[in-house]
Amino acid sequence: MHDVAKHDDSKGQYFWVWGALLVLTGIEVWLGYNQVFSDPRRMLEVLMILSIIKSALIIGYFMHLKFEKAIMRWMLVISVVACFIIMYFFFFPDAGRIIRLGV
Amino acid sequence: MAEAAIEHDAVHGLPGSSHGTAGEFEAPFFGAYSKKVGMWLFLASDSLTFGALLFAFSYNRIYTNPWPTPFHAQSIANATIMTACLLSSSLTMVLGVFASQRGDRAWTRNWLLATMAFGTAFIVLHGMEWSKLIGEGLTLPGFPRPAGAASGELADVSKAVPQFAATFFGLTAMHMLHVTIGVIYLGVVALRKLFLPILGALWLAGFLLIPSDNVFHYGIHALLIGLILAAIILFLKPKDYDAHDVEVSGLYWHFVDLVWMFIFPLVYLMSTRIS
Repeated sequence: MHDVAKHDDSKGQYFWVWGALLVLTGIEVWLGYNQVFSDPRRMLEVLMILSIIKSALIIGYFMHLKFEKAIMRWMLVISVVACFIIMYFFFFPDAGRIIRLGV
Repeated sequence: MAEAAIEHDAVHGLPGSSHGTAGEFEAPFFGAYSKKVGMWLFLASDSLTFGALLFAFSYNRIYTNPWPTPFHAQSIANATIMTACLLSSSLTMVLGVFASQRGDRAWTRNWLLATMAFGTAFIVLHGMEWSKLIGEGLTLPGFPRPAGAASGELADVSKAVPQFAATFFGLTAMHMLHVTIGVIYLGVVALRKLFLPILGALWLAGFLLIPSDNVFHYGIHALLIGLILAAIILFLKPKDYDAHDVEVSGLYWHFVDLVWMFIFPLVYLMSTRIS
């Protein structure tokens, strides 16, 4: 299988990644369970940053995107992130406006 | 070294290349075989599907004040165990891909079965969570009503903020369906036709044992649909699944885990009710 994604790494690093994911999950649960941030926006920001770090570890290591050719990596990441950015600017200002209008 | 030289000659049309086999060595644009590129493209589109559902949930959460916070400590503990199950299943999936790449069929099957076990544990725990919430009164039109649900703690939530149940069940049902499809997919890759009677037995057992006032008495038919589709694929296109197939199935499985990394904090951790 000459074109199966090759990686010269050992299995050990995947256990480290798994451990890091469990630790980050534990941090998220601790933050949510103890309601560390009283402001929901701050809590959401912190949780989303942790989720993005976890997803980067999963995509990079478990899905092996880190070891793929750069063109594939960048085309996938840029296209999906661009779509999410567009969705964000279409939806969220409208959600806030409803509260300000008092509807 | 010899293989690399042949490949180089074929790509560049140099002496030693064969006109009939030149395409076989043509370097793909993305540097990956077509099955893998196809799966990545599918996952990119599926991520937008989940993105739309997550945005719908977030949109409703922002403009609805107050947003219900129904998840007690037990629900959070349950969801945390579910997260650990999915993360562990991703690790076993990676180990299965490793085994398939070194040609170890037995351990490829074993690691895939371990992945399926973690995935099934996730589905069962998630189903129990759903049943608990529905039993407390959180429901949608069309859901069967268990006894006592009308007077449950969350019955008022369903009436006052119907969009909570709609977005919660919509988002988590879509994810649960993806996990179920993933388990069936891995079962087909690991066991091939041997998986069909197992899946059939699971469907029948679920249909007979789950009471009719539980939504999963009807939802279990997803396994029947999966069984029919798997049978069509396995009988119409029988093949020996190789390392490519295991790797591609692994991509799908990791994607399912990835989506949960966003659902868990957004839905559960942002709506905790810890007294």
